[in-house]
Amino acid sequence: MQVKILSAKFDIKDANKIKVAKKHGAYSTLDKVFSMPPEDVIELVKNSGLRGRGGAGFPAGVKWSFLPKNTGKPVYLAVNSDESEPATFKDRYILVKDPHMMIEGIIICSYAIGSHDTYIYIRGEYTTQVKVLQAAIDEAYKAGYLGDKVAGRDFKLNVTVHRGAGAYVCGEETALLESIEGKKGQPRSKPPFPAVAGLYGCPTIINNVQSIASLPFIIAKGAEAYRAYGTEKSPGTHLFGISGHVEKPGMYELPLGLPLLEVIDKVAGGVWKGRKLKGVIPGGSSTPVLLPEEAKTVTLDYESMAAHKTMFGSGGIVVLDETVDIVHLVKNLIDFYHHESCGQCTPCREGLGWMLKIVKKILRGDGSMADVNLLRELCDNIEMKTVCVLSAACTMPVRSYLDKFRHEFEAYVAKNDSSAAEAK
Amino acid sequence: MSDRSQLISTGTPFQFDKERDAEFERLIKRYPTRESMILPALWLIQEQEGWISQEAMAYAADRIGTFASKVYEAATFYTMYHLHPMGRNHICVCRTLSCWLRGKQEIVDYLKNEIGLQPGQISDDGKFSLEEVECLGHCGTAPVVQVNGEFHENMDVDKLKSLLATLK
Ligand SMILES: Cc1cc2nc3c(=O)[nH]c(=O)nc-3n(C[C@H](O)[C@H](O)[C@H](O)COP(=O)(O)O)c2cc1C
Ligand code: SF4
Ligand code: FES
Repeated sequence: MQVKILSAKFDIKDANKIKVAKKHGAYSTLDKVFSMPPEDVIELVKNSGLRGRGGAGFPAGVKWSFLPKNTGKPVYLAVNSDESEPATFKDRYILVKDPHMMIEGIIICSYAIGSHDTYIYIRGEYTTQVKVLQAAIDEAYKAGYLGDKVAGRDFKLNVTVHRGAGAYVCGEETALLESIEGKKGQPRSKPPFPAVAGLYGCPTIINNVQSIASLPFIIAKGAEAYRAYGTEKSPGTHLFGISGHVEKPGMYELPLGLPLLEVIDKVAGGVWKGRKLKGVIPGGSSTPVLLPEEAKTVTLDYESMAAHKTMFGSGGIVVLDETVDIVHLVKNLIDFYHHESCGQCTPCREGLGWMLKIVKKILRGDGSMADVNLLRELCDNIEMKTVCVLSAACTMPVRSYLDKFRHEFEAYVAKNDSSAAEAK
Repeated sequence: MSDRSQLISTGTPFQFDKERDAEFERLIKRYPTRESMILPALWLIQEQEGWISQEAMAYAADRIGTFASKVYEAATFYTMYHLHPMGRNHICVCRTLSCWLRGKQEIVDYLKNEIGLQPGQISDDGKFSLEEVECLGHCGTAPVVQVNGEFHENMDVDKLKSLLATLK
């Protein structure tokens, strides 16, 4: 099932070094790119059907074509390397194993959108990763692939690494821009969208690391070759991260569209310790959970996930075995999103705090049915009433656990009722 | 670690060393506004001193040419900036989803019960500090511990014991 498009060089020793990377084809698409008018590059990426790999799945080429023309302002590219959504661990493989593939992608994108300044926003915890990435960028400058004359052409490009410092919300694209500007990471109201007024008020494109790193293959082999993988509406391959209760957790490159359960069994070795499956989180902690029954029919693409009322997200699959205490899991989730709220919207800052208090109360054995209902009600009252979707990233999955595993919440409440009865 | 509103004064002025000074000058050319240097400057300070003092923040504001309040705002918002000295070995244990599913609690319990380290605290000898942190992006090799920036994957109590024994 596994394929090697993005991960083609991952097993090659020292492929992070420019000499080795070049031997295996790095930077070989630049002649072709610079011989094409920028509009044709955008058209090619549109035709490939490449969708943003940061979570939302928005078509990359379409996003680029939203840039207003001739504003007289510089155009910026920000590469989103914040990778902080729980259960997501794919981009860092690109940063460490094949950073030149991403740099080549940056050159391709910059040329297509007419940008001369890229900022790579990398989470602060990626200490070892940032060193490898910076070394690769330094090499690319030395080799003339970055700087005043990219690959000898009349095209200037600077790439700067900007380190975050421990805020999940900075993965949200406008919080990311604020953070580059030196401010705290508080998302902006949209519109205006970054393509119109982004970094320093200028037109800006934000793309995920994996989206950018997919470009060299598309340029080299063409849109059809990319579409040979995946489905009609979800073309290509993805670096899936499989974690939780499986025998062989890890990062696997797969074409989109494969049956979820088959991937769990054949690629990740199945549920660990011979246990039974309780549920699957399909695309990072913010995506609604699937019951084993539902998991049977879902495939790993944007459309099938939507049809099953969940999301493809970042491709971070989490397998839950029969021993998982769902109420405890929900507390762990709310804890995370509450901790990471930037604090500017009351429903998010206060609402997630209430949810945390209520679920803790239920776990302690002090909860009532009214608390379970209130938790459910809060989900509806918080969602879509805030500046960014961080709050929804919490309420969407929590609602799914409340609806699909309600009996587990009720069991905690029942324990409370019986002990209350005994006390009398 | 817990109180992010209190600034600590060292009583002596702060200054970048030569290496950091050069890095500051290299980076500032990369941004169209000087304020963009707030996060990078805070990183440079922390690399040099291990934490960020009141004097260091004032210095950063001066060097950048901005209000100290703006530097303070960033320093207090981003949780990786240490606003007081940490243990010589700063241990971060991931407490989020995948690490929780694969046994992070045993690791935290061991540190609490056997070493006497509480999350958010520094040991009396200054050797260790412990922090429970959010997903570290290594969920496929959970549970994960980061010590002084270095990742240790597939952790369990035995591996943690051998790791602690190597720390000075
Ligand atoms: C709270 C929050 C966190 C996010 N974190 C990330 C992240 O870590 N990495 C990422 O690429 N996108 C993240 N996103 C999505 C970005 O806002 C944006 O859609 C994406 O970077 C666009 O790139 P793409 O079109 O290539 O996917 C996050 C969104 C939200 C609301
Ligand atoms: S929803 Fe939460 S994280 Fe997003 S802007 Fe509002 S307070 Fe900040
Ligand atoms: S959940 Fe611990 S590293 Fe992701």
